[in-house]
Amino acid sequence: MSDQPAFSQPIHDHPEIAARFGDIHPPLDMQAAIPEANRCLFCFDAPCTTACPTHINVPQFLKRIATGNLSGSARTILDANILGASCARACPVEVLCEGACVMHRYNKQPIQIARLQRFAMDALHESGSPLPFEPGADAGLSVALIGAGPASLACAAELRRRGIRAHLYDARPLPGGLNTYGVAEYKLPFAESLREIEMLSQLGVEFHMNTTIDTAKLAELEREHNAIFLGIGLGAIHKLGIGSEDLPGVTNALDLIADYKSGKLTTVPERVVVVGAGNTAIDAAIASVRLGAIEVHIAYRRGPEQMSAFSFEYEHAKSEGVKFLWHVLPTGIHGDESVEALKLTRLATTDDSSIVPQPGSEFSLPADWIVLAIGQGTHSAFLATNGSDAAKVQLERGRILIDRASGQTSNPKFFAGGDCTNGGREVVDAVADGKRAGIGIAAWLEGQHVQT
Amino acid sequence: MSKPKPTLETTFCGIKCLNPFWLASAPPTNCGEQIMRAFDAGWGGAVWKTIGEPITNVSSRYSSIDWEGRRMMGFNNIELISDRPIEVNLREIAEVKRRYPKHVVIASLMVESKRETWHDIVQRSEDAGADGLELNFGCPHGMSERGMGSAVGQVPEYCEQITSWVKEKARTPVIVKLTPNISDIRMPARAAKRAGADALSAINTINSITGIDLDTLQPNPNVDGKSSHGGYCGPAVKPIALNMVQQIQADPLAALPLSGIGGIATWRDVAEFILLGCSTVQVCTAVMHYGYRIVEDMQDGLLAWMTEKGFATIDDFRGLSLPNVREWKHLNLNYKIVARIHEDLCIGCQLCYTACWDGAHQCIHLDRTAPAPDTTLTPAMVEAEAARRISTTPIPKLDTGSAGRTNAVTPLERIPRVDEEHCVGCNLCSLVCPVDNCITMERIDNGLPPQTWEQRTAAGLVPAGASEVLTNG
Repeated sequence: MSDQPAFSQPIHDHPEIAARFGDIHPPLDMQAAIPEANRCLFCFDAPCTTACPTHINVPQFLKRIATGNLSGSARTILDANILGASCARACPVEVLCEGACVMHRYNKQPIQIARLQRFAMDALHESGSPLPFEPGADAGLSVALIGAGPASLACAAELRRRGIRAHLYDARPLPGGLNTYGVAEYKLPFAESLREIEMLSQLGVEFHMNTTIDTAKLAELEREHNAIFLGIGLGAIHKLGIGSEDLPGVTNALDLIADYKSGKLTTVPERVVVVGAGNTAIDAAIASVRLGAIEVHIAYRRGPEQMSAFSFEYEHAKSEGVKFLWHVLPTGIHGDESVEALKLTRLATTDDSSIVPQPGSEFSLPADWIVLAIGQGTHSAFLATNGSDAAKVQLERGRILIDRASGQTSNPKFFAGGDCTNGGREVVDAVADGKRAGIGIAAWLEGQHVQT
Repeated sequence: MSKPKPTLETTFCGIKCLNPFWLASAPPTNCGEQIMRAFDAGWGGAVWKTIGEPITNVSSRYSSIDWEGRRMMGFNNIELISDRPIEVNLREIAEVKRRYPKHVVIASLMVESKRETWHDIVQRSEDAGADGLELNFGCPHGMSERGMGSAVGQVPEYCEQITSWVKEKARTPVIVKLTPNISDIRMPARAAKRAGADALSAINTINSITGIDLDTLQPNPNVDGKSSHGGYCGPAVKPIALNMVQQIQADPLAALPLSGIGGIATWRDVAEFILLGCSTVQVCTAVMHYGYRIVEDMQDGLLAWMTEKGFATIDDFRGLSLPNVREWKHLNLNYKIVARIHEDLCIGCQLCYTACWDGAHQCIHLDRTAPAPDTTLTPAMVEAEAARRISTTPIPKLDTGSAGRTNAVTPLERIPRVDEEHCVGCNLCSLVCPVDNCITMERIDNGLPPQTWEQRTAAGLVPAGASEVLTNG
């Protein structure tokens, strides 16, 4: 079909990165997996399945592990979630399936669903078996998917299983989006993400990498394809807007993570300050520790109760030696040639719960690197402004508005899912969006076909 | 009021016993050295590995059933009787009795079905000092093909004949060990009693094939690619053994002092066998699994339970549960119970719901948050509704209080409701519920006096056809 996917070139492990970013949750072996799977009560209408955005039938895949039906277990997982392998490693299961496990109300530990899911997926990979699904008979339809992250990959898999051609376009050299470039290496290694996408590509997905889509290209795709899926994610990390942000030593969390994962970055300087307290900030701070920083701070303008990082991520960061500075506002960057310190002002909460700088509280935190992790902007502008034309799809604060059940946008030919619609959530949320959109596109195309 | 200090000392068909815990005739009683270690560990008696003309065994010999990660819930063997010369076994019996005069040593015997041969082995065993004789009429494999073991136990006439030969000679009590591989265990038990047996022991192992290797398609235990049916024992067989023990002890023509055997591993099992009329018990599989040391908790636990219940001796509670096992026609048809789900304990697994819908009477419903009781919502409809739900990973700052985060309390919609009007009181939901005391079966006062099927038919309240079916059935 298409040209050889770029990512099938051998991926070189970077021994230093591999050594510093070992598995946070080691794999289970058969002897441990079977009794653990047998602990599952086999709930009816299981809360774990409901909590999973992709609704993996957890009791069913656990039962299949327990009976030694490992290929069936993997098929159950993949049927609901084509990125089941990376979700097993990257999902914050503490607030998803494992968080919903009824065992919590039984004074027992929840079933280790994530590790068992990884066990089933690893077994499939090790067996060398192909993906347990085949593409559907060619329906004579094609869809362009913009962005090759989890949402588009999941959408593409649904389309291919229905015989609809799927062309993925992405500006990066390798597919996977944040799954490949953005998940902490001790959770999901770079090479694992690519291995999973290679397996998915057995369905006949066509990748067009190093391809940026602008207004003109979008118009072309719209002419050539029966529908468009927008899985474009979010844009660049916000700037602080305090000047000197172009000094060497000012970077952002996503670049830091992508660079170390792809082997471009193997060491960081001694003193790192991460600004922001979301999960990405935590990932960047822990990565800095592991890449050799002596002192790593997270600076956040509110308190721990308002941070958007999960509590287990916060605990993890503390256990790695990351220090937290609460209620501080970056007000300037010191440095001539490169960053020397971050100027911070303490903040106080007023009676109406707004936060105001405390006069005279400024101080300087010495730093060699300042890593920004204060949220991403959107890069959906090419959809909104097209010269004098009306917007392609309806946006709200840069996010693409969709019908949650079908992924359809205000423009019936355009569907969307993932971070560009939800403002930035988890891999599994993107997969669920992509899956619903894939089914939604197929249903819509079928309707179109019947009408014509 | 102080409770009496109980004792485990007891008497079994005239044989004084330090306690009712005996080792069954099996590998744990293969030789004198083993038995003496067992007595040191606390066992009160041992039935010697069956003595007869030495046999040749195969390897392998054992296989087992594991259940959800637990080993040896059921155990199977194709081992035969002792492979040691008769004189070696008898010499060791003499030595054990000399060193442990207060412990019980029973000689288990199996020889060809000739009067003189039986007379000879009885004489020699008693001369060696055995406190009693157990006739192995139960071994289900190998020996039975040679006209011994269960080949005798399955034919009441043979059982009676050989028992009477033994009784002609024996000066010590004669225990007949029964096979469960027969349609009515009371028949060989009655035959043994007619022939003058002093006691019975039951059950021997149950014919079994434990499994087939799905790679090689060969059964277990594997002897050069082949296997043979074996004798099944271990925890899995206890309910079968308890039923046969009850059948024997409830039958006046069969009842004798009985040594209970079959899946016994703990003091709880022991208490149950005694409550159905046993005087001693015999243990094998649990010792093969964990060693002789299991007897320590058997002693300790049984004494503690006896103290709590106020029983001073084994005889004080022997057979107390026998009157409570009745024929079905004597059960009270007007006794009515229904399931109650205790909401404070329910964890929301909904196993009771699916069990009642698929395995019972469709009277548990998921309608607590519905405006009105809804008994029409099927499991398929519930699942279809669940599949349509859209879930999102909660972000702490944005989604406080969402489903995945606060999980300490079961949401009301996940707690099933019992339709007491239609509940038949079958127990199933309370059996599948993983939480102790979460589902209890509560008696409903329906104002009706007790009435059995027998009474109902006698009163002419049952159509003739229905009563015929049952009496013939």
